[in-house]
Amino acid sequence: MNMYLLGALLFWIATWSLNVWLSHRKQTRFIKLLVPTIFGISVLVVWELLVRGLEVKAVLLPPPSMIANAFVHNIPTLWADFYQTFVKGALSGFFIGTGAAFLTAILIDRSPFLQRGLLPVGNFVAALPIVGMAPILVMWFGFGWQSKAAVVVIMVYFPMLVNTVQGLQAQDAMQRDLMHTYAASYPQKLLKLRLPAAAPFIFNGLKISTTLALIGAIVAEFFGSPTVGMGFRISTEVGRLSLDMVWAEIAVAAIAGSAFYGVVSLLERAATFWHPSQRG
Amino acid sequence: MKNLWHKYGPVITVVLGIVVFWYAMSFVLNSAWTTDKLSRTGGTVTFIERVADTWSQDKPKLPAPHQVIREIWNTTAMKSITSKRSLVYHAWITLSSTLLGFALGAVLGILLAIGIVHNKAMNLSVMPWVIASQTIPILAIAPMIIVVLNAIGVSGLLPKAIISMYLSFFPVVVGMVKGLRSPTQMQLDQMRTWNASKWKTFWALRWPSSMPYLFPSLKVGVAAALVGAIVAELPTGAVRGLGARLLAGSYYGQTIQIWSALLVAAALAAALVMLIGGIEKFTLKKMGMAR
Repeated sequence: MNMYLLGALLFWIATWSLNVWLSHRKQTRFIKLLVPTIFGISVLVVWELLVRGLEVKAVLLPPPSMIANAFVHNIPTLWADFYQTFVKGALSGFFIGTGAAFLTAILIDRSPFLQRGLLPVGNFVAALPIVGMAPILVMWFGFGWQSKAAVVVIMVYFPMLVNTVQGLQAQDAMQRDLMHTYAASYPQKLLKLRLPAAAPFIFNGLKISTTLALIGAIVAEFFGSPTVGMGFRISTEVGRLSLDMVWAEIAVAAIAGSAFYGVVSLLERAATFWHPSQRG
Repeated sequence: MKNLWHKYGPVITVVLGIVVFWYAMSFVLNSAWTTDKLSRTGGTVTFIERVADTWSQDKPKLPAPHQVIREIWNTTAMKSITSKRSLVYHAWITLSSTLLGFALGAVLGILLAIGIVHNKAMNLSVMPWVIASQTIPILAIAPMIIVVLNAIGVSGLLPKAIISMYLSFFPVVVGMVKGLRSPTQMQLDQMRTWNASKWKTFWALRWPSSMPYLFPSLKVGVAAALVGAIVAELPTGAVRGLGARLLAGSYYGQTIQIWSALLVAAALAAALVMLIGGIEKFTLKKMGMAR
C-alpha cells in the first residue's frame, strides 16, 4: 500500500472521529459550523491523496490543487464568463421572471376562478422539463445573453407563480375577520396583511428560482452562445479534455450559486424575522 | 354537472386560454416570414390566407399546436417503434435512463436519510453539504461526467443514469429526513417503554410514518431525473433520445421536431408523476393514512 493511500485512510479516520467527538458535545453555533467545514476539508484532502495515490490521469479527475491552480491563473477568463452568464443571463432573467410571476399573482388575486385553474396548471408546468425550451429560445432571441435570460424567465416563472398564489391565500380566518372589522379596503388588506403573510412563500419561490436561474443560463449556452460564458467554456474545455479548467468553472458556478442562494436567504431572514421557521 | 364544472372548469379554461394564446403567438411570430415571401413574389393575400399560411409553414418560428400534434402522430403511431425516426423509440431511450437513475437516486436518498437520522456526526457534517450541493448547478457538470465516463469505457445507459441519480437524490433525502423525524416524542417514548430495538423502532414507527413525506419527494425527484436524462443526452453528439431530438432539431432548424420532442417529454413527465401519485394514493389508503 503506498503512502498516499495510507495517508488518505488515516486522515479520513482522524477527521471523522474528530467529527463524531465534536457532534456529541454541546451543539453551539461554532460546532455546527466547524463540523461541516472539517468534513468538507477532509473530502478535498482525501480526493487529492487518492488521485495521487491511485495515479488517476488528470484528464479523468484532476486533483483539487490542480483545479485551484487553473482557477488562480484564469481569473480574467472566469470573470468574463461569470459576467456573461450570471450577471447578464441569469440575473436579468431572474428579475424579469420572478417579477412577472409576482405581478401575475397579484393580477389574478381577485379571481378565485383563475386561481383554481392556474394552480394545477402551474404545478404541472413546474414539473416539466422546461430546459428543453432552450433550443427554441436560442433560435428566437439569438446567441447573445437575451436568449439565456429568456430561458431563465420561463424556468422561474411557474414555481414563483405557484408559490405567490399559495402565499396570498395563507392568512387564517381570524386575521381576515379582523381586517374586515377595521373596514380595510382591498389595497390595505393586500399591503398590511396578505403580502406580509405571503412573504415566507414568496421567498421560498425566490430561493427555488436562484438555482433554476443558474442552471437555465448555463444549459442554454450548450445550444449556442458567443465565445464567452460558463456553459460555453465548460462544453469547449471538455472537448479539449482540459478538465482542470472545467472544474474551475464548476467552482465558480458553485460559489455563484451558493452566494446567490445565501443573499436571498439573508433577505428572507430580514423580511420574515417574525415567522416561526426563522426564530428557531 | 355543476360539481364537475367547479372542479375542472377553471383548469379547462386556463388550458384553452393557453392554446388560444399559442395560436395567436404563432400568427404573430410567423407572419414576418409570410410578409417576406410576399415581398419577393409581389402578391397580396387576404387576412384569412395570411392566417392560414402562418399556421402551415414548413419551418415556422412557432409551429401551431395542430402541426405539432400531427408531427407527433406521424412519428409515433405511423412509424414502427424500432425505427430511428420513431419518437417512441427515442422516448424509450430517455425513459430507461430516467428510471434507472431515479431508482438509484431514490435508494441513495433513502439510505442517506436513514444515516443522517440515526447518526449525529453524519447529520452535522453531511446535511449542510447535501443542501449546498443543490445550490450548485449540477446540470453544468453533465457534459463532463459523460465525457469522462466515456473515456474510461463506461458508455450507454449508465452515465446518463448517474446524472439523473444526482438530480433526484436530493429531494428524497430532504423529504425522508423530515419524514423519519416526524414521529412525535410521545410515540418514540412508547417504543422505548416496549423496549423496542433501534431496528424495530425504525421498521414499526419511523419508516411507516415517513411514507406521506416520501411520495411527494419522489414526484419531485422523478421530474428532476427526466430533466437530467434529457440534458445528459446533449453533449456526446447525442444520437439517441429526446435530448438528441432537441439538439438535432436545433441544428437543422426543425422547429416542429423540437416542439414534438418537447411535448412528448412533457407527457412523459406528467405520466411519471401521475404514476407515483397513483402508487401514493394506493399505499396510503392501504396504510389507513389517506386524507
